[in-house]
Amino acid sequence: MIEGILIGLEAAFSIQNLLMVIAGCLIGTFIGMLPGLGPMSIIAIMIPVAIGIGDPAAALILLAGVYYGAIFGGSTSSILLNAPGVAGTVATSFDGYPMARKGQAGKALTIAAVSSFAGGTIGAILLMIFAPALSSVALLFHSAEYFALMVVGLSAIAAFAGTGQVAKALMMTILGLILATVGEGALYNMPRFTMGMMDLQSGISFITLAMAMFALPEALFLVLNPARGAGQGESGKIENLRFSREEGKAMVPVIGRQSLQGFFIGVLPGAGATIASFLGYAVERNIAKGDEQAEFGKGSVKGLAAPETANNAACTGSFVPLLTLGIPGSGTTAILLGALIALNVTPGPRLMVDTPEIFWAVIISMFIGNLVLLILNLPLIPYIAKILAIPRNYLIPFILFFTLMGAYIGQNNATELLMLVGLGVMATIFRFADYPLAPLLIGFILGTMLEDNFSRSMQLYRGLGFILERPMTLGLLILAALLVLLPSYRARRARNRASGVADGD
Amino acid sequence: MTFEMGRRALITAVAAVAFTGPAFADGHQVLDEIHFLIPGGAGGGWDGTARGTGEALTNAGLVGTASYENMSGGGGGVAIAHLIENAESMDNTLMVNSTPIVIRSLTGVFPQSFRDLTLVAGTIGDYAAIVVNTGSELQSMDDLLAAYRADNDSVAIGGGSVPGGMDHLVAAMVMQAAGEDPTAANYIPYDAGGEAMAGLLSGEIQALSTGFSEAVALAQQGEVRILGVTSDQRVAAYEDAPTMIEQGLDTTFVNWRGFFAAPGISEDQLTAYQAAISSMYDTPEWEEVRARNGWVNIHNSGEDFRAFLEEQEQVIGDLMRTLGFL
Repeated sequence: MIEGILIGLEAAFSIQNLLMVIAGCLIGTFIGMLPGLGPMSIIAIMIPVAIGIGDPAAALILLAGVYYGAIFGGSTSSILLNAPGVAGTVATSFDGYPMARKGQAGKALTIAAVSSFAGGTIGAILLMIFAPALSSVALLFHSAEYFALMVVGLSAIAAFAGTGQVAKALMMTILGLILATVGEGALYNMPRFTMGMMDLQSGISFITLAMAMFALPEALFLVLNPARGAGQGESGKIENLRFSREEGKAMVPVIGRQSLQGFFIGVLPGAGATIASFLGYAVERNIAKGDEQAEFGKGSVKGLAAPETANNAACTGSFVPLLTLGIPGSGTTAILLGALIALNVTPGPRLMVDTPEIFWAVIISMFIGNLVLLILNLPLIPYIAKILAIPRNYLIPFILFFTLMGAYIGQNNATELLMLVGLGVMATIFRFADYPLAPLLIGFILGTMLEDNFSRSMQLYRGLGFILERPMTLGLLILAALLVLLPSYRARRARNRASGVADGD
Repeated sequence: MTFEMGRRALITAVAAVAFTGPAFADGHQVLDEIHFLIPGGAGGGWDGTARGTGEALTNAGLVGTASYENMSGGGGGVAIAHLIENAESMDNTLMVNSTPIVIRSLTGVFPQSFRDLTLVAGTIGDYAAIVVNTGSELQSMDDLLAAYRADNDSVAIGGGSVPGGMDHLVAAMVMQAAGEDPTAANYIPYDAGGEAMAGLLSGEIQALSTGFSEAVALAQQGEVRILGVTSDQRVAAYEDAPTMIEQGLDTTFVNWRGFFAAPGISEDQLTAYQAAISSMYDTPEWEEVRARNGWVNIHNSGEDFRAFLEEQEQVIGDLMRTLGFL
């Protein structure tokens, strides 16, 4: 391995490749910051450039840089504008945006940058040491386990429901699951619930829904409620970039846990950064105690650090099945695989043997990329945070423009705009009625995978037998049950104790 | 970069003035411009085909400039409808498409079919293959069929398409050629080829129906064994893979990709498109694009293309009726 690292260092530290890392990170960060533009579209655009370079190591380093950069930059629009540009950064807005609204935008961006750096770097270390051994982990999960993992994800919804909101959260989750069934599923030959409209055949796109749920209602609220906009940018607290020592201490265990958990979820070809970030958020909320738990959703440091660490670690993890098995785990890595094959590199078990310099150069470039991103982002934070100081009458059109553009550019389909506005109006009404919107989005993301994996397992085992026949499935389902029951059990015990004390008086 | 593009555009403009009227010799410009309509998003198979073809045509000097437009929606249906509705203003437009246009017209997902468009040419294709894990005991199609006959449930065949989609149809074709009931086979659908491959390697499914080029990439890495390929003869890219025919299963299948124009375009324009594409095959620029993408040249122009599509529609239609999808 030492030999490999040396080969990688030699390859990655050529002037050309260093420039590639820096260029990739820059391009990725800036485009990723725009709401609605995710790593997938950026990488698709960059592929002709990368192939033009000709050197596979340099091309892959460039594309990997773009990939991290986009994930890194994606958190910016989530935190500042509540307009997540990438599915993996939706969870970032849960606590990042409230923090920014409290006038702590700079601090939120710093926490996101540091957590991303830590998640990416720890992920790269794990990838470096364990990649060959992890290829078997990537194949550990069958459809039955993916189904159970999605159930665990759904059970975590409880974490997103405030007090007295459980019923509302459940209703929104179900609505999300319903929306996920629109269009042609992977398992049925016919489109469902399209009402004969051709534009609904490919279903509702995630980015459109995310924009409609978060960015549009936010912009409309700013218009409807002038007082809301005041006091966030102008408060002058943007200079406050640092988090305190206590906050740093609180972050360390979160980062430690979530880099591991996120990385392993990323290794599974059927999961990915989005699932990792939601599960990361939910797990951290469930194990947090008392006051800290109440803080989640209102600008908690832990609630921001958890998804940011997890999504970056998961992105790194997703290189395991790509590099060691040649299996793409997500749309983005599928495009990367296409680029690699076009460059005459076939990823798979023989990659490390046949062309070790490519394998190691990519891993080393991950370290460099993460470092470059941190160095690049930290000094820029005060300037980026100033976006919030833009007067509302300029900021709102800006948000609306990028929201609409983001929804259009993914598909180049004007109907997406109508759907965005329609769903956005719906979301605004829900917000007036105080229904939480995050559960809807989580239901939507998990819905398709939940259904596909469930029916696949049913078909493979000719019934529900897989639940008992596969111990890991059973284990995950029990974990899901505990996640639902434990908080209410704890709450009841706390209530009983409180009333017990009252009786004693 | 911008400077170079500008200069190239200038040279093309000069060339366009110099050659008045189309010249049909190799290396001479046949068309001023082509606008490629891509029915799916950036980075997909259609996108790669259109951009690769455009790159080869312009670099070889057969076409002056190429532009591209991604129009996704309805699994490609939105672009087809667009091309038909605006036919009068689409003289310079070529739409890329592939086998799904046949399947989707049959199932009625598209109200139109290839007959409503002007057929230009089928350009490239990929064969289908049935593969197993390298560690599997199954060494040939005979072994697979024997295992299937011994215990129908023990052989789940996966694929990266919906039931009634391409991967399922190939598996059913093979079963039918072996004299089995194609509806009895346990076909497990996956969301995408990559997920299906993960299913095979993890042992969830016993065999996988997939594209030949995808299978070759993993076979060269020693991860899978190709039991049979749906070509007439062994494919040069991977001679180790036996054909279905040589194992006594009389079945062939090509997943083609090709180009369509708007209905009612002029005869001259159509001839020019076909001439440009025909001359393209002999150029080193095309060879470079083709090799880079691992495509197989399968050229069917005009009436040949129509005959090919009609035959494929017949075969697929019959099979889908047998399977109960129509």
